[in-house]
Amino acid sequence: MEYNDVVEAVVFALRKAHTELPDDVVKAIKKAYESEDNEIAKRNLEAILKNIDAAKKLGVPMCQDTGIPVFFVSVGRELCLDFDLKAAIVEGVRKATAEIPLRPNAVHPITRENSGDNTGMNVPQINIDLVEGDELKLVVMPKGAGSENVSALKMMLPTEVNKVKEFVVETVKKAGGKPCPPVFVGVGVGGTFDGAAKLAKKALLKNVLEMNEFELEMLEAVNELGIGPMGLGGKNTALAVLVEMGHCHTASLPVAVNIQCWANRRAEVVLR
Amino acid sequence: MEYELITPLSREEILKLKVGDTVYVTGEIFTARDEAHAKALEWMDEGKELPFSFDRGVVYHCGPLVKKNGEWKVVSAGPTTSARMNPFTPKILEKVECMAIIGKGGMSEEVVNAMKGKAVYLAFTGGAGALAAQSIKRVKGVVWEDLGMPEAVWLFEVERFGPCIVAIDAHGNSLYRR
Repeated sequence: MEYNDVVEAVVFALRKAHTELPDDVVKAIKKAYESEDNEIAKRNLEAILKNIDAAKKLGVPMCQDTGIPVFFVSVGRELCLDFDLKAAIVEGVRKATAEIPLRPNAVHPITRENSGDNTGMNVPQINIDLVEGDELKLVVMPKGAGSENVSALKMMLPTEVNKVKEFVVETVKKAGGKPCPPVFVGVGVGGTFDGAAKLAKKALLKNVLEMNEFELEMLEAVNELGIGPMGLGGKNTALAVLVEMGHCHTASLPVAVNIQCWANRRAEVVLR
Repeated sequence: MEYELITPLSREEILKLKVGDTVYVTGEIFTARDEAHAKALEWMDEGKELPFSFDRGVVYHCGPLVKKNGEWKVVSAGPTTSARMNPFTPKILEKVECMAIIGKGGMSEEVVNAMKGKAVYLAFTGGAGALAAQSIKRVKGVVWEDLGMPEAVWLFEVERFGPCIVAIDAHGNSLYRR
């Protein structure tokens, strides 16, 4: 495996993520379309499904907000990487921005100057994990701002375990129509201040059709809000609530809620 | 009801629209988000003439993905979250005759009030950028390009842009209340 293999893998994964939604996500949207009897909700879901088809057919990004690229990289411990892995990922993002193309979204946080190529200080965001085996797995999640802006984190009290659901529902309620509902809700329970946020983001990588009882209970509570597709009312405010947990300090209960729009974009490539 | 709106708009046709109506827009629209709103207000306060006109026009809350192949071409251009423009919109509506805003996610009660008798808010499906691009026929121009691709003001020629839902009408009604 060489530097250029990683560059090309990044371009491939980003192109795939932007032009084709994962099967489980499309299935969840179709199910919502069938379940909705509110006419305006149905029309919005119909537009979403048409848009998914158009993006795939034309090979163009389904949403103009091509997000900030977030990478989850698993490095097999038997691999010997004789090159700068992070530099290769950054170059892949630059190349993808020009070739696909992607909207340049990365700006300096204070001057607001746009870097022009989706790279900059700590961008793309790269999370590296060391795993067993001899494979390099690259998972990319382009994260849009509409949904990221309404995400929230709360350092709850250890005695507030029964209020986690309330916090999740409150966050979705406050978000209203802003994050392009129906949304996917990633919840990180436990860990540390930063760890909970990371868990919430990782939860969004899970299969959206496989929820446990706790997740389904929160999904039901969220959908009782009636916010509906695009905030215009309906049964489908969220399509899934997905939880990742981590042990935490006995004195704390960090909970993070990372909202994702209907365009739950992710793609992966495995290199050997 | 379903309506075809052709720019420049008239007050009369804006007042006819009710929440829940479907609208298709044909003619010229221009994009503006946070930075463009802030800059436009600054220029108005300083008495400087804007390089684009709000009057009888349609503002599109959008930061498009465009590509230059000789001339600019729109790749993907759905609406952005309108709520970020809540602080600017009442001031702008006070100063100019902007008659329609296309966006997503809705706007504040303060904006709903400012739109009374003046303007409507049209909701286009958020994230449907590839779909929106199909009814944007041409990029007629771009100003304030130094703000970067998403924040610049793009002037589009559109044909039957929609379907848009009248989500806030000029009579104080909003579909976002619940």
